[in-house]
Amino acid sequence: MSNIQKAFENGKAFIAFITCGDPDLETTAAAVRAAAENGADLIELGIPFSDPTAEGPVIQGANLRALNGGITTDKIFSFVRELRRDVTIPMVFMTYANVVFSYGAEKFISTCREIEIDGLILPDLPFEEKEEFLPLCCQYGVALVSLIAPTSENRIAMIAKEAEGFLYIVSSLGVTGTRSEIKTDLASIVKVVRENTDIPCAIGFGISTPEQARKMAEISDGAIVGSAIIKLLETYGKDAPGHIGAYVKSMKDAMR
Amino acid sequence: MTNPNGRFGIHGGQYIPETLMNAVIELENAYHHYKNDPEFNRELTELFHEYAGRPSRLYFAGKMTKDLGGAKIYLKREDLNHTGAHKINNVLGQALLAKKMGKTRLIAETGAGQHGVATATAAALMGMECVVFMGEEDTTRQALNVYRMRLLGAEVIPVKTGTATLKDAVSEAMREWTSRISDTHYCLGSVMGPHPFPTIVRDFQAVISKEIKEQLQEKEGRLPDAVIACVGGGSNAIGSFYHFIEEERVRLIGCEAAGRGIDTFETAATISTGKVGIFHGMKSYFCQDKDGQIAPVYSISAGLDYPGVGPEHAYLHDIGRAEYVPVTDDEAVNAFEYLARMEGIIPAIESAHAVAHAMKIAPEMGKDQIIVITISGRGDKDCAAIARYRGEDLHE
Repeated sequence: MSNIQKAFENGKAFIAFITCGDPDLETTAAAVRAAAENGADLIELGIPFSDPTAEGPVIQGANLRALNGGITTDKIFSFVRELRRDVTIPMVFMTYANVVFSYGAEKFISTCREIEIDGLILPDLPFEEKEEFLPLCCQYGVALVSLIAPTSENRIAMIAKEAEGFLYIVSSLGVTGTRSEIKTDLASIVKVVRENTDIPCAIGFGISTPEQARKMAEISDGAIVGSAIIKLLETYGKDAPGHIGAYVKSMKDAMR
Repeated sequence: MTNPNGRFGIHGGQYIPETLMNAVIELENAYHHYKNDPEFNRELTELFHEYAGRPSRLYFAGKMTKDLGGAKIYLKREDLNHTGAHKINNVLGQALLAKKMGKTRLIAETGAGQHGVATATAAALMGMECVVFMGEEDTTRQALNVYRMRLLGAEVIPVKTGTATLKDAVSEAMREWTSRISDTHYCLGSVMGPHPFPTIVRDFQAVISKEIKEQLQEKEGRLPDAVIACVGGGSNAIGSFYHFIEEERVRLIGCEAAGRGIDTFETAATISTGKVGIFHGMKSYFCQDKDGQIAPVYSISAGLDYPGVGPEHAYLHDIGRAEYVPVTDDEAVNAFEYLARMEGIIPAIESAHAVAHAMKIAPEMGKDQIIVITISGRGDKDCAAIARYRGEDLHE
């Protein structure tokens, strides 16, 4: 069983996305701990990419700040190794295919295993291309997380049947970023998912308020929040972790 | 040359967000349906002939041939097409396809502005809405083309992210497409991006080599010894090469933008300096650092200022079927001026990269040999920038 399963054993899961190195790794570490202590069930650690084509302006900004601060894949690996001394909740990496590919897929994925990274989310690796990394992910026990989008329609069953870890349901068309309203018929998507797999599914993209988190938790197994957390980092910089802790608590409370 | 999964050797593929998968599948299915549809082909041929002005001329550059003293030089005059570049070939094909698919809105990226102008033109012709993404840096380098697009009824959105050039325009167009798919076709301008774009764009551009082959057969009764074209993403080059790929004695030479030199960081010569990676929907060669971060690239030519290359070129390089050579800003500017004075033809600065390489190799070739250079576009758009490069205070 994937360690990721544990994230869904504490009621509805609250999943927090944090970009590594924005504005520096000390702040990232404090932010991860604050999120974990305040009820986050799983952390998605973003490895920055120069050209994140699935991200809106907020997460693009975080990637840029982190890269300008001199972040590298190796620095992030050392950082996670250190973080794992006390942070025990499931953690996954979210990055782009080229970051894994250029590092050497086997070296990257075997290091994930070694530093106890439980999964990998690559928004530019659809079902058709997952063979690129899947054999190595299976070999090293790192879950390759699949995404389902509002446009997936006839593809949902196919993706769900082979999904690992958890299913990331993209709430809306477009890129990441907060949205005032989510209009997609997510309940129908979740219904098809449930018919095809037992693994949990969580909804992300556009979620920022406790009210939205509560709604998403009602129809799925959890809510994923990125841009709203990144905005706190953008606003408060090194002082963000305290704000992130309070924010995570308000979100998790709304989902209970 | 494409296998069923959109691969060219190890290159190509569909590395895109799930949100776009059904859109590219729908596009692939529509293309498979229409590419052999007689009515579609009749309409497209009519547009090529009556609207774009095809076939484009294959012109014997007699003065240049004599001056260089070696191989006979022919120029494939894509600059004479309506809108002034080869881009219109692909755009008319894709716009017609999009229209058949029921799309009412075209979005596009553009570097030099030629693809944006071509897309805006096709949108005007076919009564479609048009939005063009262009790096902010390029909107100043190519201000005239921005005005042309607006004149044609398109909305031009300056892209300020990243290096504010072509790669960022592609990223932003992809982001826009994920947010609005049902009525929108992404009219990609080069043989790049996710499958099926590299194949579709190649097929629409392959008219260039089809015509070269026929025209040269008529004029010389034989195949050329070398075909030379500039390569950014690589659409005019693959169009110029395609019908010669099976003719193994024809040298195929792609000229990449070396900028200030391939030993500097200010270069856009992907095959010379890049390594295999995954970006913008495809596996291919990319200029990148050791962590896979895409490198900022540089060329005097906005149209070649891209950190990747189309997957079929990457494959032709891997198997040794085509050669890819770097050409610097200086060499391209010299060639730009040379062709203007020698033949009275002002080429696009992109195309001048191909002219520059021909100037290097023609003198070493025999007088009985033949080189075809594709002049992918006209150079009016570049005059102010080249004047400034030469130290003149000229602004549009």
